[in-house]
Amino acid sequence: MANASGTKERSKFLSVLIKIITNQMFIPIAAILILTIVNLVADPSFFAVRYGTNTEGAKLFAGNPVDILNNGTALALLAIGMTFVTAASGGQDISVGATMAIAAGVIIKIVSGSNTTSSTYAHPLIVAVLVALLAGILCGLFNGVLVSFLNIQPMVATLVLFTAGRSIAGWITGNLSYKFSAPSFKAFGQTFPGVPIPTPIIISIICFIILALIFKFTTLGLYVQAVGINENSARLNGLNPIAIKLSSYIILGVCVAIAAFVTVARTGTFISSTFVKDIEMDAILAVALGGNALSGGKFNLTASIIGAYVIQYLKTTLTALGINAVALPAYKAVVIIILVIISTPSARAWFVRQWQAIAKKFQKVEAKEVA
Amino acid sequence: MGKKLVNMTASKKTITDTALLLTITIVTFLLMYLVAIFGLGGGFRTFQAFFDMLNDKSALLIVSCGLSVVMIAGGIDISVGGVIALVGMCCVIFLRDFGGNIFTAFLVALAIGLAFGIVQGFLVAYLEIQPFIVTLAGMFFARGMTQIISSDHLNVTDNEAFQKVLNTRIIIPGLGYTNNNGVYMDSYIKIGVVIALIIVAILFFTLRSTKLGRAFYAVGGNRQSALMLGINVKRTTFISHLICSLLAGIAGYVFFITVGSGSGDNAMGYEMDAIASSIIGGTMLTGGVGNIIGTMFGVFSLSTIQKIVNAAGLGDPWWTGITRAAMLCLFLVLQSIILIRKQKGVKV
Repeated sequence: MANASGTKERSKFLSVLIKIITNQMFIPIAAILILTIVNLVADPSFFAVRYGTNTEGAKLFAGNPVDILNNGTALALLAIGMTFVTAASGGQDISVGATMAIAAGVIIKIVSGSNTTSSTYAHPLIVAVLVALLAGILCGLFNGVLVSFLNIQPMVATLVLFTAGRSIAGWITGNLSYKFSAPSFKAFGQTFPGVPIPTPIIISIICFIILALIFKFTTLGLYVQAVGINENSARLNGLNPIAIKLSSYIILGVCVAIAAFVTVARTGTFISSTFVKDIEMDAILAVALGGNALSGGKFNLTASIIGAYVIQYLKTTLTALGINAVALPAYKAVVIIILVIISTPSARAWFVRQWQAIAKKFQKVEAKEVA
Repeated sequence: MGKKLVNMTASKKTITDTALLLTITIVTFLLMYLVAIFGLGGGFRTFQAFFDMLNDKSALLIVSCGLSVVMIAGGIDISVGGVIALVGMCCVIFLRDFGGNIFTAFLVALAIGLAFGIVQGFLVAYLEIQPFIVTLAGMFFARGMTQIISSDHLNVTDNEAFQKVLNTRIIIPGLGYTNNNGVYMDSYIKIGVVIALIIVAILFFTLRSTKLGRAFYAVGGNRQSALMLGINVKRTTFISHLICSLLAGIAGYVFFITVGSGSGDNAMGYEMDAIASSIIGGTMLTGGVGNIIGTMFGVFSLSTIQKIVNAAGLGDPWWTGITRAAMLCLFLVLQSIILIRKQKGVKV
């Protein structure tokens, strides 16, 4: 009797295990666990969070965990928009880096006016942010029109802005390198006096809350999903796929503008050719690491956001392990491939088969013992 | 009988997608070049101007062909720029530190391309991971490895055989020009151009009239029906990635013997240039439609617009990017309108 219940428990455990492995959140959470173990083995002080004064005399929290949340803000924001775009249109926007450069260029050009190095506002900050938002939305609208009205695949459609974006940003800023160092501007990228938490973290939390409210009180998520799964049946059910695709690109545009603002405020410097280079690839990766299908349809925003922080976690870990910044992509590539291979259906099926084989062996051994 | 006729015309129409887009590309290129010759004159009136474009863009032409093959088969490969940089760097190190010669360096290039092709092709075709993610990781890996090998800009200086290859000019008889000093100059092309044109010819033939080539179109057009036709879909996808990476390796070699240096920043953005060229040449990212000749004209068009912008006095560096994007946009809109109208026509 005892043995029978033991087998039952084991099979229950097995089914739970299979459920865990096939869950969408498995990959990002497994990645976090692996990275945490690596860090614990290499150097447990990685996780130390200190509360103290920084070089500028402000009291704030510091340490790698805070840095990860802080530096991952832009990527997390992009991952949100990218998830919407991926889900609705079944493709990715590769122009986010370039549009971020446009938005950041607009901000820095407006606040610093004709001086490339200054610390006084030429125009109020709010004007700059609003114009940047407008720029982000316009870029999103451009991509969205190409994708939804003209039925061009998203990657190709956004290739246009990808090619032009940095050139446009260079046009706006005259290809000059800008430096703007007003304390109230940098506060948005670093910390406000008296607040111990870096501002980007606060901004990201506000965005997440707004997002959660949108999901709670509107049907946007459901509509996006419906259009992504089957555009025709969504249309037959009275949805307007064109409008929904368009709005997903506009949401991405807003996310891009906020991310650009946070990033440019962090350093207060801007050069169009190198600003957030290759971030579009990381943003797409965040969506994929979150277990979302890049071909659209069902999506999980939380998983994407965690995916974004996983990438930042990976970067911080590799840097802490003393890996040169220029060599980072190679290591990142290896980790990505391992994660993606684990998440393929065939690999998961293999895992499940292995577990079942082990369980069968146990059962046989038990049966013998009983006999 | 009548029904059969309708069916036939419908199928004819879908076949001509490729031809139609190809015609548009070639006509646009010729118009653009004619406008440049008569409107801007100067740099465009000699044959050498055209050959210079070939000399500059031979590596891009090769990778664009590779990307066309992958895109026709319904995939994508964005690792090619990284592979070119990695091949260049490895060749420099090979020639400098391992005493290799110029021919064995070619084997190194092929080996790197082959390795990337096998790994990426396997992951995409047999493990069914999205090609974008796989080749994105490939790009990260190649760029990162290049930086790990050396983060400097390396030149091959002391290898005589290499210098000879680097400076080889193949004279084209009869197409020379007289320069400003009244001296007759022969027109020339570099070795890379010959390699590129041979590859274009081979791929054109392969895609047009071999079983494998037709399989690429079938798989890219509709995987399900390709499977029904008895095509080995997985193997075809695998081979398409293999060809693309192999061509990226060859392009890396051509880049190397044209530029003569290795650097982590070599061939930056080539993957997107190649995709843009393929699209302008009438290849569609959805797969099943495309033509190598179109891709060649796509490469020509992109570099011609760059030259026109420079010659027209828009010297600021940002104009190149903006005009190229505008041209890409124009072609995309044109293609999409044609296809939408066509679909409507077929439905009716």
